[in-house]
Amino acid sequence: MAHQDNHAAHAVGFKDYLTGFILSVILTVIPFMLVMHPDVLGLSRGATLITVVLFGLAQVLVHLVYFLHMKTDAEGRWNVVSMIFTVLIIAFVVGLSVWIMWSMHYHMMIN
Amino acid sequence: MTAYEPHFPHDAHGHGHEHHHDTSGIKLFGFWVYLMTDLLIFATVFATFAVLSNSFAGGPTAKEMLGGGLHLVLVETFALLFSSITYGMAMLATYRGDKGAVLRWLGITFLFGVSFISIELYEFRHLIHEGAGPQVSAYWSAFFTLVGTHGLHVSAGLLWMLVLMFQVGSRGLTDTNKTRVGLLSLFWHFLDVVWICVFTVVYLMGVL
Repeated sequence: MAHQDNHAAHAVGFKDYLTGFILSVILTVIPFMLVMHPDVLGLSRGATLITVVLFGLAQVLVHLVYFLHMKTDAEGRWNVVSMIFTVLIIAFVVGLSVWIMWSMHYHMMIN
Repeated sequence: MTAYEPHFPHDAHGHGHEHHHDTSGIKLFGFWVYLMTDLLIFATVFATFAVLSNSFAGGPTAKEMLGGGLHLVLVETFALLFSSITYGMAMLATYRGDKGAVLRWLGITFLFGVSFISIELYEFRHLIHEGAGPQVSAYWSAFFTLVGTHGLHVSAGLLWMLVLMFQVGSRGLTDTNKTRVGLLSLFWHFLDVVWICVFTVVYLMGVL
């Protein structure tokens, strides 16, 4: 029985999708409202920018956990490892491209 | 019970403890690796977009052109979000072995996907009509490349969904078809994740 219970805890069910959906709705509506109606909270542009990015990152995590069911146990480990490797490469490609090009624009006084 | 053993999500039927790594698990992992390479394609397009995010060449800016249509982008986002949960229902129906429910939920998911693409095409047509076509400046080239690459992926997913509905409809929920439902599930949820990055970076940060 203990084994069965252990598996029930692992099972993907309606509740996972519902939790993911409700969290996604909240994490979508708030940043849209902040940008569409900036007067409601009166946040500065910088504060809104940071909030929007953080909500985006949070929603990506919600989707990975509740919709793509990423887990770090033995079966899901290689999916997570390949993803971490990809995210590392993306950090290099995107981060360094933006850094180099911004720096070039700055020194050539384009912006 | 069938020999179907999904790599993830974990099998809900209590026979998952056997852990025999059959072809289904390998296929799901191989497809996951493909998705990671697809993520690299999106990353390079995102990097290009970020670098060109102020290159309007004196033409229409992102704020002018996208600010008025944010409510449409919100509707698009909800269409994809609803399609994610309805695909989840198709997945659960696959575990139950309920062929009719799988076809119904896939059909509903398909309709949400078509609404997403329709709104996107309407937006593209509107932008081009208003003088913000891909040939106008480096920014709009990058915009249409990024949003269009995602849109093409969704369209490919919709075509795949039609084929899958035909396969499930004609041959039933065989082991192979169950694996296929799982593969398209990964692809579909993956595109929703990419869309979160698109609406955050392109639309919300572009209008700010």
